[in-house]
Amino acid sequence: MSSTGTHPLVDGPGAAAAPAAPAPGGQPGSGPAVEVVDLVKRYPGQDRNAIDSLSFAVRPGEVFGLLGPNGAGKSTTVGVLTTTIRASSGTARVDGVDVVRHPVAARTRFAVVPQYNNLDRALTPRQNLLSHAAYHGVPRAERRRRADRLLTEFGLDKQADSRVDFFSGGMSQRLMIARALMHDPRVVFLDEPTNGLEPQARLLIRTRIRQLRERGVTVVLTSHEMTEVAELADRVAIVDHGRLLTLDTPANLVRGVAGRAVLDLAVRPGPGDGATDLLAALTALDGVRTGEVTTGGAAAPGPAGRGGPGLAGLAADPRIAARIAAARSDPRKAAKLAAARNDPRFAALFAAAPAATADGPAGEIRLRLHLDADPAAVLGPALTVLTGRAARLTDVHIGKPGLEDIFLSLTGKEIR
Amino acid sequence: MSLAEVTPVPSSDATAASAPPAPPRPPVARAFGAILWRDLFVAGKDIWFVLAQVLMTPLFMLFIFTQVLTMQGIVGVGFADILLPGTVALATFTTALQSVAVPLVKEFGFTREIEDRLLSPLPTALVAVGKLMVATLRGLFAAVVVYPLGALVVGSAPGGWSALPLSLVVVLLAGWVGAALGMTLATVLPLQRIQATFSLFVTPIIWTGCVHYPWQRLAEMPWFQVATAANPMTYAAEALRAAMAPHVTHLPIGLCLLVLSGVAAAATAAALRAFARRAVR
Repeated sequence: MSSTGTHPLVDGPGAAAAPAAPAPGGQPGSGPAVEVVDLVKRYPGQDRNAIDSLSFAVRPGEVFGLLGPNGAGKSTTVGVLTTTIRASSGTARVDGVDVVRHPVAARTRFAVVPQYNNLDRALTPRQNLLSHAAYHGVPRAERRRRADRLLTEFGLDKQADSRVDFFSGGMSQRLMIARALMHDPRVVFLDEPTNGLEPQARLLIRTRIRQLRERGVTVVLTSHEMTEVAELADRVAIVDHGRLLTLDTPANLVRGVAGRAVLDLAVRPGPGDGATDLLAALTALDGVRTGEVTTGGAAAPGPAGRGGPGLAGLAADPRIAARIAAARSDPRKAAKLAAARNDPRFAALFAAAPAATADGPAGEIRLRLHLDADPAAVLGPALTVLTGRAARLTDVHIGKPGLEDIFLSLTGKEIR
Repeated sequence: MSLAEVTPVPSSDATAASAPPAPPRPPVARAFGAILWRDLFVAGKDIWFVLAQVLMTPLFMLFIFTQVLTMQGIVGVGFADILLPGTVALATFTTALQSVAVPLVKEFGFTREIEDRLLSPLPTALVAVGKLMVATLRGLFAAVVVYPLGALVVGSAPGGWSALPLSLVVVLLAGWVGAALGMTLATVLPLQRIQATFSLFVTPIIWTGCVHYPWQRLAEMPWFQVATAANPMTYAAEALRAAMAPHVTHLPIGLCLLVLSGVAAAATAAALRAFARRAVR
């Protein structure tokens, strides 16, 4: 799929591309929590737009994942929404407040947790929380109360009066999230919140994100951790080259783009049969969209014998090793070698080879079938095909394609 | 109280019906006060470091020039009346300049710790103004400390109490100019070569600022007189001489105050602009 191509889901109801009416008086909760309409940002001296006519809306109280490769425009989008980057054109609203026209008012509505440590090094952890709340006009008694509560909730009460210089990455990240919550924001922007953290810190932060949602706080999350996004986010937008590629729930995205499921089969092909032929026979079945050889066939592609069973394992026997070497360059010899396994004249020879050669993984190929039907409905016919070709099924796995598969299929596999 | 619950300010604007209504007024004054307090708190925390930074160069300079060199007959006896006002101007100016520039380079650069303040509900320019105010106060603090200690070192206190009001005005203006220049340099110069480029600007400011010599006596070196006239610190040093040691030849105080005010306005505009460009891309 083209990395810049559009997707039907973009224009679907989930895309929410149509601008909603601004919240009356900028009051919270009466419109989208975050709204971006035809947003464009071009940095001076650049020949292309960092954000290119981007539109999306985040519903109040949802956890919204903003995904994209490096340089896709997600940080610029968050920068515009959080008033640190000036939009070239278009509209951006947070909690109903136009961030371009009323940046100061908008800042009361959101909080930002960056992926780098920007804590105030001149202040203690507690003072970081207190001063943040003071900047936002939270009364003294209230900010002390909130700081105490958040320091305890984030497991930082014991280090509350030490120096932030001594904080680990996980502690800094927790403190920055606590700081973000000090002024009771309506929308929290979290940039790679668990990046590089230990499992305990990741768990704590994920739990806090869920609690925020329960309290009705909107969370906009950017992350490269696809499992995490799939687990946390109610909806996900994938952007690249400053454009929205798709927007939907993680479940819909997975279902919509890559078929309903994948069927992974571990198979030992029948005599003379090869991975390519077997795959062709299986992909011809109803309900199978595409397929690929994941292991076994790819290592020795080509005519049947070369992808045939047991070659690598049989090479343990020096007599067979010589024939395998010959078979690699000559397809006819390869076919003969594969056929020899069932020839009674060679039975002793194969018996002499190590046990693993006949039954072990070396003789096995793995095929992945991408389905557009129920896996159970495809499995029966697939078994019939395998039996008909004297192939033996050794393992079956019904898998679902992950968000990462969607991400890669939309944004391409090239490293940025 | 949730900030989101702040009561909206009723609008009497006739166009309010068609345009989207303005959001509730954010707590700008409280934010400004809190940010100012933060900078003062941090400055107060390292007061001893600030003192050392402020005092070392001026006091050594005064000691060498007015005691050591005078004793050796190299420098005339009345030199203290020239040098002490100049030194107070220097201390004020450089302290203000450094106390805004050094933290700002750090905060905008590798620690990015200013971001939390930039995301506070107040105009970005006010964050900058707060920094200029605190830096000016630090400049004033430098003057207040350097003058009496300097007077002890040189053995006389030119000016006395009567010079105080005018000196205070000059010191505040000089501090503000130093702070605004410091902010401009810290936000405009390339971060990678900040130290080298910084001294490239600051060293000439120190040595062409008429700290050690009255401007009018440079008539023999017209090119240098022109160069020093382009340095705002010249007017601070000359103005303090006018206030503290009027018998020493000096530029008219009116001219000094006019130039300092003009430079303060221009440097403030430049500083706020440069600051905003760093803060919002």
